[in-house]
Amino acid sequence: MSRAILSGNEAIARGAFEAGVRAAVAYPGTPSTEILENTSQYPSINSSWAPNEKVALEVGIGSCFGGARSLVTMKHVGLNVAADPLFTLSYTGVRGGLVLAVADDPEMHSSQNEQDSRHFARAAKVPMFEPADSQEALTFTRLAFEASEQFDTPILLRTTTRIAHSKSIVELGEPVTDLPAPSLQKNPPKFVMLPGNARKRHVFVEQRLRDMAEWAASQPFNRIEDRSADVGVITSGVAYQYAREVLPEASVLKLGLVYPLPVSLVQEFAARFKTLYVIEELEPFIEDQVKALGFDVIGKQKLSLCGELTPGRLRQGLLDESTAPAFSPDADLPNRPPNMCPGCPHRGVFYALNRLKAFVTGDIGCYTLGFMPPLSAMDSCVCMGASVGNAAGLNKVLGEDEKQKVVGVIGDSTFLHTGINGLMDMVYNGSTATLVILDNRITAMTGRQENPASGFTLAGIESPVVNLEQLCRSVGVEHVRTVDPWDLETTRQVIAEEMERPAPSVVIARGPCVLIKRDVGQRKPALVIDPNKCTGCKACLKIGCPAIEWQPDAGERGQALVNPLLCVGCGICDQLCKFDAFSSCAAGEGK
Amino acid sequence: MVTNTMTNILLAGVGGQGILLASEVLSEVLMQAGFDVKKNEIHGMSQRGGSVVSHVRFGETVYSPIIPEGETDILFGFELMETYRYLPLLRKEGRVIANQLKIMPPSVATGLERYPDKLEERIAQLVPGARIVDGMRLALEAGDARTVNTGLLGVLSTLLEVDEPLWRQALEKMVPAKALAANLKAFELGRDS
Repeated sequence: MSRAILSGNEAIARGAFEAGVRAAVAYPGTPSTEILENTSQYPSINSSWAPNEKVALEVGIGSCFGGARSLVTMKHVGLNVAADPLFTLSYTGVRGGLVLAVADDPEMHSSQNEQDSRHFARAAKVPMFEPADSQEALTFTRLAFEASEQFDTPILLRTTTRIAHSKSIVELGEPVTDLPAPSLQKNPPKFVMLPGNARKRHVFVEQRLRDMAEWAASQPFNRIEDRSADVGVITSGVAYQYAREVLPEASVLKLGLVYPLPVSLVQEFAARFKTLYVIEELEPFIEDQVKALGFDVIGKQKLSLCGELTPGRLRQGLLDESTAPAFSPDADLPNRPPNMCPGCPHRGVFYALNRLKAFVTGDIGCYTLGFMPPLSAMDSCVCMGASVGNAAGLNKVLGEDEKQKVVGVIGDSTFLHTGINGLMDMVYNGSTATLVILDNRITAMTGRQENPASGFTLAGIESPVVNLEQLCRSVGVEHVRTVDPWDLETTRQVIAEEMERPAPSVVIARGPCVLIKRDVGQRKPALVIDPNKCTGCKACLKIGCPAIEWQPDAGERGQALVNPLLCVGCGICDQLCKFDAFSSCAAGEGK
Repeated sequence: MVTNTMTNILLAGVGGQGILLASEVLSEVLMQAGFDVKKNEIHGMSQRGGSVVSHVRFGETVYSPIIPEGETDILFGFELMETYRYLPLLRKEGRVIANQLKIMPPSVATGLERYPDKLEERIAQLVPGARIVDGMRLALEAGDARTVNTGLLGVLSTLLEVDEPLWRQALEKMVPAKALAANLKAFELGRDS
């Protein structure tokens, strides 16, 4: 067997391939996105992006009811969206195995909250595996499909950012070959969850959890590592790795299945130790259950509920040992936050919203960076699609003078995810709010994935394009206008007119993401600044373009300089300069 | 030479500098050399110019995918201020290899803050033996400005006990064919510098 160094996400994709998965479905979300980008490399797997996580799971369920092994993936907050089908899928159980991989983001490296998905396992009564490295990500994916069919249940496979995005060495296996072909098979008592059927299935679900807890006590994925006779640790996932790092002598009960808990194994282990730690990130999920079995454990009294664990935080929390840095830089360094790219089509819209002093209900995407100075034009951001409902809600309660200040801002992919429902509410209930759809033709934030408005599928095949103008009109928005976001004055003018209008309206700011590879043609030659014309007025700095660098020591009071390696020639800065200092550096195109 | 049983390398720089490819090549080389290897970086937003770090750990058995605080053996910086920023994670006897490039963060580019002065001198003063390298000179000499990361890897390779052919094989496997010659050249220039 060959070895490879794979990320957790690549290993899950490989595991799905080896398990004979036929359908893989997802909505992109950091840190889960790369799973589908990798399943799509295996021709035996039909991989596709769905418009949102609920649809993704429903598509996966359909394939599973047809007898195919199906993988559905999402980030933690995506599971909120998919919770509705999940809770009833738990009752129907499966035909082909179904595994839902959910990636949590402790520390919120790229998320708006750090909810702990393990609670969903208990709430939906669905078993959950949690790998601790890439080898386990692959092995547990295969195991999860087998267990799904053996116990007639969907299985959750939980990762965290440090598992999903860490690479480690794995042994690759051979794919299974003896799976039955998908087919139609009627079974209404199992798949039609009307009350009479569902009541029977609920009884089955409770028995299934008891059976699985008993089974899990003797399976190798829950293992005891005997070392110290005095100190024991119960742990799972990446926290296991930190525990091995910080308490190398401790005995460990490493859980591969974190729900249901293998009660007899936990009891046998816990009873042996004077000092028993439960080491887990975020919630005291395992700790509470071990305490409920009557054991004294040290866990969240010493470890934070907030943020991720690190070896240092574990050492500090459990052992009260901190290491003073050997080197301490002697200055407050400027931070280096992420920034909208040079040439980003969102920049002009946020510049306009800032100037119009709009109250902007924002949404989830690259454009959430419109919150950052100097654009500083976002006033709320809750979840996917929330911008629309939030704007409608403000519009309901504000006085006439303030309600016209409210503008919702949402990307194309987020609008199709769950924004369209909010727009129906706006129209239906007589809101006069304005919605700006930032249509950059891609799901940009997560690394440029295709969506139903981009014209391509995950496999790169051309697909019908959702016509956003027609879609908005069809739900009853009479005033739908499209602008070129690189034309600053028109963009500002149109948004201002629609804010004034006492009716629901949509402005579609259409400009492709500058990072879309198939559109490199949109890149123009870099601009240059004429130092004889630049007066140092700083007007061009108000758009926060990374390609414009302030030179404090140039000219009389400092001057701006364009970095030719970064500039893509979008020309927004040129429109702000009152002194005509910008020109294209392409030969013959100078002013 | 770094010969600890466990070696921790922290790569630090700015999104878009090719840190990911450098850490991929490094991890591949270390795996082929027979070590257990783990590497980790946070990505998802970093393409937009943010600060990027990648942790690479190798030895007999690696547990945590992130380097324990204060246990970095080699701080491998692709940008001066980012190198300086991560010095507190360096072990007392740790080594530094840093590219001398400066990339302005947004607050500096917009005139709100100044880029810190004399970082080269400050790093050299804090960490005796720190190597500050002109990565762009290596890349331009190799014939392609985009090979800075590989040139820097060449410099790093002098601190690791790994046979040279493994580096060449990893580059051949992971660098696109049309860019391979320049990358191999940049690696050699870095290794011999």
